[in-house]
Parts: sequence; C-alpha cells; structure tokens
Amino acid sequence: MRVAVVTFPGSNCDHDGYHAFKLVGADTRFLWHRETDLSDTDAVLLPGGFSYGDYLRSGAIARFSPVMEAVVAFARAGGPVLGICNGFQILCEAGLLPGTLLRNESRRFRAHDVWIRVERSDTPFTLAYEAGRVLRVPIAHADGNYFADSDTLARIEDRGQVVFRYTDPDGNPDPAYNPNGAQNRIAGIVSEQGNVLGMMPHPERAVESVHSSTDGLGVFQSLVTSLQPVP
Amino acid sequence: MRSFHLEIRISPRPGLLNPEGNAVQHALESLGYDSVKDVRVGKTFYVQLSAADEDAARTLAEDMSRRLLANPVTEDFRIEVSELAEVPA
Repeated sequence: MRVAVVTFPGSNCDHDGYHAFKLVGADTRFLWHRETDLSDTDAVLLPGGFSYGDYLRSGAIARFSPVMEAVVAFARAGGPVLGICNGFQILCEAGLLPGTLLRNESRRFRAHDVWIRVERSDTPFTLAYEAGRVLRVPIAHADGNYFADSDTLARIEDRGQVVFRYTDPDGNPDPAYNPNGAQNRIAGIVSEQGNVLGMMPHPERAVESVHSSTDGLGVFQSLVTSLQPVP
Repeated sequence: MRSFHLEIRISPRPGLLNPEGNAVQHALESLGYDSVKDVRVGKTFYVQLSAADEDAARTLAEDMSRRLLANPVTEDFRIEVSELAEVPA
C-alpha cells in the first residue's frame, strides 16, 4: 500500500503519521503541499498541526493549497483519505466532510488522553477494531468542537457517519469526558461514501509502547488491510 | 478600472457558541458592566481592489466571502463598498 502524507507549511504531525504507517508496513512518502500528483497513491493522510498558522480559520487556507485539488479529486474517486486534527479541519473546510470545528467550549487548548468509542467497524479505517471498543488516544487542539446545523447533524446520525465518540473509559456517554463540547460527543466522522475520515484525536500518537497506549495502531492497520488485494 | 475599498464584516451566527465572546463578556462583567447581556466576537477585512464599478466590486467581495473569508456553516458576512479617490499622478 502506498501512502502519501501531505505536509503543509505548519504541519507538525506529518512525521508521526509517516512513522505510524511505516510501522504497519505501508510504503509511505511525504507530499509537499505544492505537489499535485497522486497517481501512485492508495491512501492520503492529512496530518495534524497548524497549517498557515491557523490564520483566518483552522484549515481555511490549507484547503486552497495546490495539493488539495488533487486530494479532493482522489476522494471523489473513492480513494481513502484520513484527516487527523488539523487534517479533519481541512477536510471540513474543503467540503469533503460536513460541519466544522469550533473553538473548544472550555476556550482552552486541550492536550491529554481521551477515550473514544468505535461506533463502526465497517469502515476502511476501523475494521481492525470491534464496534463498541473503547480506545485511549491523545488530543491536542483548541478548535475541536464539532458543529453542524441541526439538519446536517440529523443526516449524519441517520446515515451512521459517526465513527468515534468521546466516552468515559468504560464507553459510557458522559459530558465530563467530552473534551471540547462537540455535538453528540462526536470525535470522528466519515463521508457518506465512507472513504474519507476526519477525527480530532491523534491515533498516530498511540502506536508504540513508549506512548500511553497503542490503541491508535488499529486505524493504520485497518487501512493497510482494507487496501490489500483479495487473493 | 476604478479603485474601491471594501469592508467585509464576518459575524458568528446568533445563537451559536462564541467562546471568544463569552470570555470578553465575563471580563466586562468582572469590570462591573452588569448590564451586558451578550457579546459575540467577529472580524473585519479591509480590502482594496480595482473593479469596473461598484457592482463589480461588490460581486467580487461576495464571491471571496463565500469561498474563503466566511465559514458558511457558522458565519454571516456583510459588505460595504466605497470608492477610493484617484491619486493624481
């Protein structure tokens, strides 16, 4: 599997994402935001960070980077695109995912582990997990408060597009464990077609024994498995 | 072509969470401004551009607001256009 990790000016989780994909055996390369060739690519990662200094709105300027036209075309053609943190914000700005990420309700930058429940295991990003499994993964963001208008939110829920929800460590809904005030405790959603995932938590920071957990590795394993040719 | 000055005001839609506004409201309350009922923080862009006439300038401003300056999910925009006097050569 060939993965392109996009680097925008201000990305700072591109190397972590690269490392996570290497761990699961993916043929991984960096793609500078001015490049536009995704012909040798099976999956794209939009990493976390502060692209363009978060000026204007998080992800608003990165969305017009040259590479994004290619990423949008790649996604529309069914190619898997994973957006983590700032990558999620960019996917929303680019219109590949519905809704937006507002400032955290607490108004604070939150950087700590959270617990998220896997709502669906039938996506290319989660098939290594069982539905209902609770993952411990870190967050690090100021703008992670998922918001969509009420019609959009109802549609997302009806179509089962919510893939991860913040819960307590046992998988129970608890507002005290919602780190940013996200509607319906949404931590990650997929596109209608299911091939684009945006999530605020950082699975790439939970892949090795030196991390506080290895629960995030399954996201990368899932993508590799989903792209393996069926024998 | 004529020169125009645009003021593009972006405001968070009423009723939506505006944490910056909440923070400012609390600060105002702590200064004793008890009568403050609501504060929302938006932003203003000051843009100069050239266009054939005021309508063309406004159309450009609406286009750039929709595509980039405002988030259509959460923000509204208002545009004011004024013509800049030609600077004599």
